[in-house]
Amino acid sequence: MSDIATTHATKGTIGENASRPDGGPKVRGEFAFSGDLWADGMLWGRTLRSPHPAARIIAIDIAAALRIPGVHAVVTAADLPASVNYGLEWRDQPVFATDVVRYVGEPVAAVAADHPEAARQACEAIDVQYEPQVPLLDPAEAAAAPPIHPDGNVFRQLTIRTGDPSARGPIVVEGAYEVGMQDQAFMGPEAGLAIPADDGGIDLIVSTQWLHNDRLQVAECLGLAPEKVRLSLGGVGGAFGAREDVSLQIHACLLAQRTARPIKIVYSREESFLGHVHRHPARIWMRHSAEADGRLVSFEARILLDGGAYRSSSYHVVANATCFSAGPYKVENALAEGIGVRTNNPPCGAMRGFGAVQVCFAHEAQMDKLAEACGVDPVEIRLRNALATGDRLLTGQVIEGTLPVARVIREAAALPLPPSPEIADPMTRPGGAGRTADAAHVRRGIGFAVGFKNLMYAEGYMDGSAARCRLSDGLATVTCAAAEVGQGFVTLAQQIARTVLGVEDVLLAPADTSIGSAGSSSASRQTWMSGGAVEKACQAVRAALLQHVADRHGIDPAQLTITDGRVTSTDARDSIDLAVADAAPGVVFEEEVEYHHRITHPLDDDGQGDAHVSLVCAAHRAVVDVDPDLGLIRVVQVATAQDVGRALNPLQVLGQIEGGIAQGLGLATMEELTLRNGRILNPSFTDYLIPTALDMPEVLATLVEEPEPGAPFGAKGVGEPPTISSTPAIVAALRAATGKALNRVPVRPQDIALGDGE
Amino acid sequence: MPERVATLSPIRLSVNGREYQLELDHRTTLLDALRENLDLTGSKKGCDHGQCGACTVMLDGRRANACLIFAVAAQTHDITTIEGVGAAGNLHPLQQAFIDHDGLQCGYCTPGQICSAVAMLAEVEAGWPSAVTPDVAAGPVDLDESETRERMSGNLCRCGAYVNIVAAIQDVVG
Ligand code: FES
Ligand code: FES
Repeated sequence: MSDIATTHATKGTIGENASRPDGGPKVRGEFAFSGDLWADGMLWGRTLRSPHPAARIIAIDIAAALRIPGVHAVVTAADLPASVNYGLEWRDQPVFATDVVRYVGEPVAAVAADHPEAARQACEAIDVQYEPQVPLLDPAEAAAAPPIHPDGNVFRQLTIRTGDPSARGPIVVEGAYEVGMQDQAFMGPEAGLAIPADDGGIDLIVSTQWLHNDRLQVAECLGLAPEKVRLSLGGVGGAFGAREDVSLQIHACLLAQRTARPIKIVYSREESFLGHVHRHPARIWMRHSAEADGRLVSFEARILLDGGAYRSSSYHVVANATCFSAGPYKVENALAEGIGVRTNNPPCGAMRGFGAVQVCFAHEAQMDKLAEACGVDPVEIRLRNALATGDRLLTGQVIEGTLPVARVIREAAALPLPPSPEIADPMTRPGGAGRTADAAHVRRGIGFAVGFKNLMYAEGYMDGSAARCRLSDGLATVTCAAAEVGQGFVTLAQQIARTVLGVEDVLLAPADTSIGSAGSSSASRQTWMSGGAVEKACQAVRAALLQHVADRHGIDPAQLTITDGRVTSTDARDSIDLAVADAAPGVVFEEEVEYHHRITHPLDDDGQGDAHVSLVCAAHRAVVDVDPDLGLIRVVQVATAQDVGRALNPLQVLGQIEGGIAQGLGLATMEELTLRNGRILNPSFTDYLIPTALDMPEVLATLVEEPEPGAPFGAKGVGEPPTISSTPAIVAALRAATGKALNRVPVRPQDIALGDGE
Repeated sequence: MPERVATLSPIRLSVNGREYQLELDHRTTLLDALRENLDLTGSKKGCDHGQCGACTVMLDGRRANACLIFAVAAQTHDITTIEGVGAAGNLHPLQQAFIDHDGLQCGYCTPGQICSAVAMLAEVEAGWPSAVTPDVAAGPVDLDESETRERMSGNLCRCGAYVNIVAAIQDVVG
């Protein structure tokens, strides 16, 4: 916990619903998203992508493309001055395909032209001769198949073994589950502007989740020192994991280097679906055994994740899926095997929930089966097995922080239920206005689910964030490279500075690579990591300010404090009472710090180890109405209680919860990239459906505040938990309403109308 | 490469009360004309195919997807974009309500949501029923939550700020 008092007269401090500093520009249309950028003399870049899931490249002829008026450059792998591969964690992905292509959508060449239309025509004019190969499309065959990449077909195989996995309780439940390929489908397509600089370097303005990692990959491929590649954050139209990997960054910079002109690249919606990683599709088998009263005795799981053609973050998605496969429940005997494989399907990587989403769908279905087998209420069976502080995870790690699993279950279950379907507005029946003829057809179901995951990176990763704070006559300026992607970090940074320094005016410098890395806006980590860095920087400035005042008055700085925006002494005889703005006229205080969380450790051969920094949980109860004949669904209400540590901005926390539920609802009922022969069949918002205002249910939320020791202000990241257990809660409700097995998400109308019963 | 010159036409656009003279390729959408030629980038391109609503503008007060209209076809209309809805210090009540209710996260859909909502309120005012209006002959529409959701369902928000978007609109309706 922070030692800073938070009962401030200063407006917009920690715990208040401070407004987003970018809210004004965003509602006025003035906020510059990366796709809105423009530079004098700029050219438009465009990428040519593979139409084949697997093929040898025999030849590439760019002559015709170069002859098109307005075309300035065509680049292929042969034009890369240095490293030809990139990758978020492991450089296994070609910037441009060389001898083979491994997925539909793999970049093969890029062009720069004076008009997007000329660039499009140039791409069409590039003659690539392919020799199609038989693609490897079934992830179940990948491990044993001939390697389709020099690094092999297995990204990671992780076995977690604890206790005696052969132990058996009298009640055994088993099931096989599947999760389809979900897309982040953020609204602002990938975009960036690369500007060649006079020093031979490049300035790149781009929408990303992690400026410094992008910079490193660009620098390696362009053969530049990292300092010569300067990134700044272009306005980000949502991310959800899909902007953690490089997309157009290297292409744009290479074209800028080549043409000595600024290059703008903006993906179309279709290219966006092809140009970023997706959520790993999963096939999961689980077997639980329990005592007659429902207490778990053993747990077994086999998890197969299709990572697609390149590694991205598959290695760590496998870790999360396996580590959290049993859910937030106590079980002493377990064998969980996770594997992530390479195929010729589109690459998969980070998406909100990161591996925990897929296994939660399975373990929560299992907990319901167990409840039924034991004749125990689904809520009660979860309470009987709930993990708590002091318990061990599957990995043997003892939970030291807060993890109020039982409490989120109770609080979510206690929220009021919606009115019965008979009296509900007929226009809100399943399928939308007028589709379901009468209320007699509607069946209601209620489902419950609980999920958990870790915060921050794991397994010994040395994570950190840098921040700078400057204070001058009451005006604070905070600099941090954390990517604002819509989650509201910029609001929190201001709130933290106001709280620590007692000032109201806090400027945020642009996020760029002029300061050290803030790490990625992922893994629900920025509130903790960059929030921690901003707090630490502000505390250092506060200490310097108080020292300055103490020196001037010849007193001990330990006697000074900042309350309600004023510097005062705890010793009344000092009679010091200065507004922070007047406490040190003309003096500039500036401190830059790095923040790190406690050290974690790798997992051993049995998957055991102190690998996670902190854990977070949430429970969801969903109420659905279903028309079983037509397979139509309406999610009426989702009630949730979430472990937030401490709500630093309750309104923004609620926004994250509602938004996460919307995406969880999407996975439960509509969202899937459908593939045929490795090709995405539905790369558009007509065919890849995401929830609209009509699909969004009523949301009731309870924020469970048990401050996390060691976390800045006791706060936990809040972005991911809503997407983890909302999906299984909705599907449990659908099972309750229909009696169908529904072992696969998304649940489609035909699964309800025509699917198998349990 | 077709002769681009042969397809250029002079066009006039009236945007946010200002008259513009442009020479544009016939195939230029209104959205591209606004964004690329008039530097009015408030209207967003989420899909360019009429699927997301991020490009919503108003033609004579009626909402339209700017990505689905050719600029040449927009010449006879008074066009209002988000830049014409309100300005700093003089926000439209809906803009203020979006801020107050946190009706946005990344904000990419926001200009389209707000333009859509402004025109939607006018539709309600004019008594236009929607697919969920219980009785289309009953006179004034009661813009309750389900009416609001129905009428705003053409504007996608991937951040899922719908609860707060609906609350912001309801707040303005009073
Ligand atoms: S950009 Fe026009 S509807 Fe999506
Ligand atoms: S606020 Fe991000 S898409 Fe709506």
